[in-house]
Amino acid sequence: MDNDEKTAIDVDGVSKIFGSGPDAVHALDDVSVAIRENEFFTLLGPSGCGKTTLLRLIAGFDHPTAGHIRLHGENIAHLPPYKRPVNTVFQNYALFPHMTVAQNIGFGLEMLGKPKREVAASVDEMLSLVQMRDLANRQTSQISGGQQQRVALARALAPHPKVLLLDEPLSALDLKLRKEMQIELKRLQSETGITFIFVTHDQEEALTMSNRIAVMSAGKILQIGTPREVYDHPAERFVADFIGETNFLTATLQDVEGSTATVTLPSGKPARASLPSGTHPDAGRQVSIVIRPEHVTLALPSHETSLTGRLEDIVYFGTDTHYRLRLADDTLFIARMQNRRDGEAAFDPGAEVGIVLADGAVQVLRD
Amino acid sequence: MADRPFAIKRQPGFATIALICFVMLYAPIITLVVYSFNAGSSIAIWEGFSLRWYAAAWENELVQDAAIRSLVVAVCASLFATTLATMAALGTTRTRPYRGLTATYAMINQPLMVPEIVTAVALLIVFAVFKQTTGYDGLGLLILAHTAFCIPFAYLPIRARLEGMNLSLETAAADLYATPWMTFRRVTLPLMWPGILAGAMLAFVISLDDVVITEFVKSAGQETLPTYMLGQLRRVITPEINAISTALLAISILMVTIFFFLNRKKM
Amino acid sequence: MATDAQTAIVGEIRRSRLLTLPALIVLFLAASGPLLVVLLYSFLTAGDYGGVKWAFSTEGWQSVFLERDIFDDTVSVADAHLSIFWRSLRLSLMTTLLSLALGFPTAYFIATQPEKTRNLWLFLITIPFWTNLLIRTFAIMEVIRNRGIVNTALMKLGAIAEPIQMLYTDFAIMLGMTYVYLPLMVLPIYASMEKLDFRLVEAGYDLYATRWRVLRRIILPIVKPGIIAGSILVFVPSLGAYVTPRVLGGGKNLMLGNLIELQFGQGRNWPLGSALAITLLVIVMIALLFYVRAAQKGGEHG
Repeated sequence: MDNDEKTAIDVDGVSKIFGSGPDAVHALDDVSVAIRENEFFTLLGPSGCGKTTLLRLIAGFDHPTAGHIRLHGENIAHLPPYKRPVNTVFQNYALFPHMTVAQNIGFGLEMLGKPKREVAASVDEMLSLVQMRDLANRQTSQISGGQQQRVALARALAPHPKVLLLDEPLSALDLKLRKEMQIELKRLQSETGITFIFVTHDQEEALTMSNRIAVMSAGKILQIGTPREVYDHPAERFVADFIGETNFLTATLQDVEGSTATVTLPSGKPARASLPSGTHPDAGRQVSIVIRPEHVTLALPSHETSLTGRLEDIVYFGTDTHYRLRLADDTLFIARMQNRRDGEAAFDPGAEVGIVLADGAVQVLRD
Repeated sequence: MADRPFAIKRQPGFATIALICFVMLYAPIITLVVYSFNAGSSIAIWEGFSLRWYAAAWENELVQDAAIRSLVVAVCASLFATTLATMAALGTTRTRPYRGLTATYAMINQPLMVPEIVTAVALLIVFAVFKQTTGYDGLGLLILAHTAFCIPFAYLPIRARLEGMNLSLETAAADLYATPWMTFRRVTLPLMWPGILAGAMLAFVISLDDVVITEFVKSAGQETLPTYMLGQLRRVITPEINAISTALLAISILMVTIFFFLNRKKM
Repeated sequence: MATDAQTAIVGEIRRSRLLTLPALIVLFLAASGPLLVVLLYSFLTAGDYGGVKWAFSTEGWQSVFLERDIFDDTVSVADAHLSIFWRSLRLSLMTTLLSLALGFPTAYFIATQPEKTRNLWLFLITIPFWTNLLIRTFAIMEVIRNRGIVNTALMKLGAIAEPIQMLYTDFAIMLGMTYVYLPLMVLPIYASMEKLDFRLVEAGYDLYATRWRVLRRIILPIVKPGIIAGSILVFVPSLGAYVTPRVLGGGKNLMLGNLIELQFGQGRNWPLGSALAITLLVIVMIALLFYVRAAQKGGEHG
């Protein structure tokens, strides 16, 4: 990790157990992560993986069973939520139904005891920031879902928190609105310079918005990295499977040189492969490898094609086409190629086709 | 009949019975109200419109006395019951389950389950002993008894309101720097207010209408309107009773209508 | 850290208990506590002018079912009490059946109305329930008394020469109780009827069922918990009724509630009155247990 970047939130060996005895649920299991200042950090994982629990611990709604949470180096575990300079955008927005839009946005500053004039000015600023000036005096029940989302954001940003926590804030919106809000959130984050911790189960959302992503499963963080690192170089089977579509194959390690190695593919042909960071496996070992469907092209079988298979099925998707191949060892392999105007060599179902791997297409998993 | 399209939801005769039901529910009450305006002194033969029985009831000192007592008891009992019920509702909904919670529910709802006559004789016994040993036989005892049986009626709508309320609103307030007290004052209380009002209305109506427990608990001379009316039934009945009934009905229906609309108001 | 979480929970629970305490104290003083005293009194000796003497006795309980002859001290079954028990039970059951016969079609009718008007119908059912029970009983009394509106009208029309004696009969009590408790039947049946998915009814017709069979084989089984709940909700207050039999039964046709009152008034037998009250309470509690079970079943359907 870069040392010149300051850490905003330091989660250190945090566990959270709900209940006790045989019914105890380990929601978080010894989780450590350092979230940097001014970062758009995403916690990505399926429901029940512990991402929302971690968010609630940072906000102070729950207490960790073990471990420490520090904000700018200061332990905040004993602080109640109303004393933490951290604000949350709730999944269902949790707008106060008995207050207007403006009253909702001003609530936090009012509670902090700011003078009326300052609150009003800040509310005004927030309303323009989220482009809601015209609706300041509406009741929250009278505005649309997208607008409620903006109010929730403005309300959480108004007290200028050190960290903004967002709990699946876009999940209730329809697709088009969600895309708009994704751009909006990125804009707000760079304009305000506030650290965002964003919780989602939507991998695409995570990839497009984040500076870094932590992929979580069953109460643990499996991998932390930039979107490109996590997508192109998944370290674990779960990460590779959860983010995007992928092909899993078994291969044998040959020469290991630093972070790369040569592997022998099931077809017997060699290929260059990236190793998961920090691992130095021995040559000769059987390993799992992943190849993304879009990192290959199809060609007639030749000495340049690393794998061959029989084409079973062709599915047209508009921008690209998916080819389902059955390899010699009976595993299924999916290749995805962009459709072009000039028309590529078309293959017919049933034909034997070769697979050409792009550079860096093969990633070895940590098993 | 053959031409009429088949109606999925129809069952022959059901609408007729329903109609009979509604007529049966309302006809006696309407008759009662109508004859309170009778010029004659019969409750069956109409002799023209008059307000004389309202005037008679208004000037009747016994009625005045009972009416004032009814109002005093109902106002006090509903205020106390609503306050206690609001606290109890907060203590039983905004919490994780604790030991004794089920027993608490049972105790709060007990007046709804035990037949009134049983509670009435129980209070008769206890209050008789109390009156004998302390010499106190004031209205306070009646108010205490009313408060107790009004608590579940006030409690239920308040609790329903709290349960329908999203917990994340309070979490959000805490997140926005509101202390627990401020969260209660600015978020919880305003949102549960319709429930509290509804509970108070119900408690008031229930106290105002009570006959059985009051009849057994009251000390000599402590008539409320319902016990006064019960006493009058043994005598010759004039439309004066109808007039008093109509006035009481009007209050109850007004309260229940307000309750109905408060309860329908969405979160 | 663990202690942080634990202190928070302990504090929260202590606050909850404190908030509930005042209500519980009032309820103990004027609801639960006195019931225990009734139980105690049922085992004491009757005082000469009401009240009790502080001496243990099972006389009160024995007198519930047995009576001692004043002259020769022989003990026989208390016919008077048994007949009152029997009347209470019979009248309550008949009230329940009559309420069901009227209430089920009414609940069905309301549930099949368009959503907009449904609430209005429901409101119309609820209103009488929240109005004064004495006034409603009184309204029924005015309608059926000898010089009431029904008899007067019938005599004017020449249908009858003499007024029909309806008031102060068992019929009057049953009619009055049905009138008073009918909403308690309609509301729970409506509640389970409202959850009924009418596509099931459509499926029934689609599979060749007649209207009667759809009612019997599809609708009735689904709303059964509501019917049971409604029946118990009518049966329980009927059994403990005091005002309605007093006003419409005219002091002769006693029910349990009046028998209990009698012991504390003219009868001057507080232990017997207490024993009778406990007996009534036990019967009611057993009926309510069935109610809770029916309500839980209803919940599973929803």
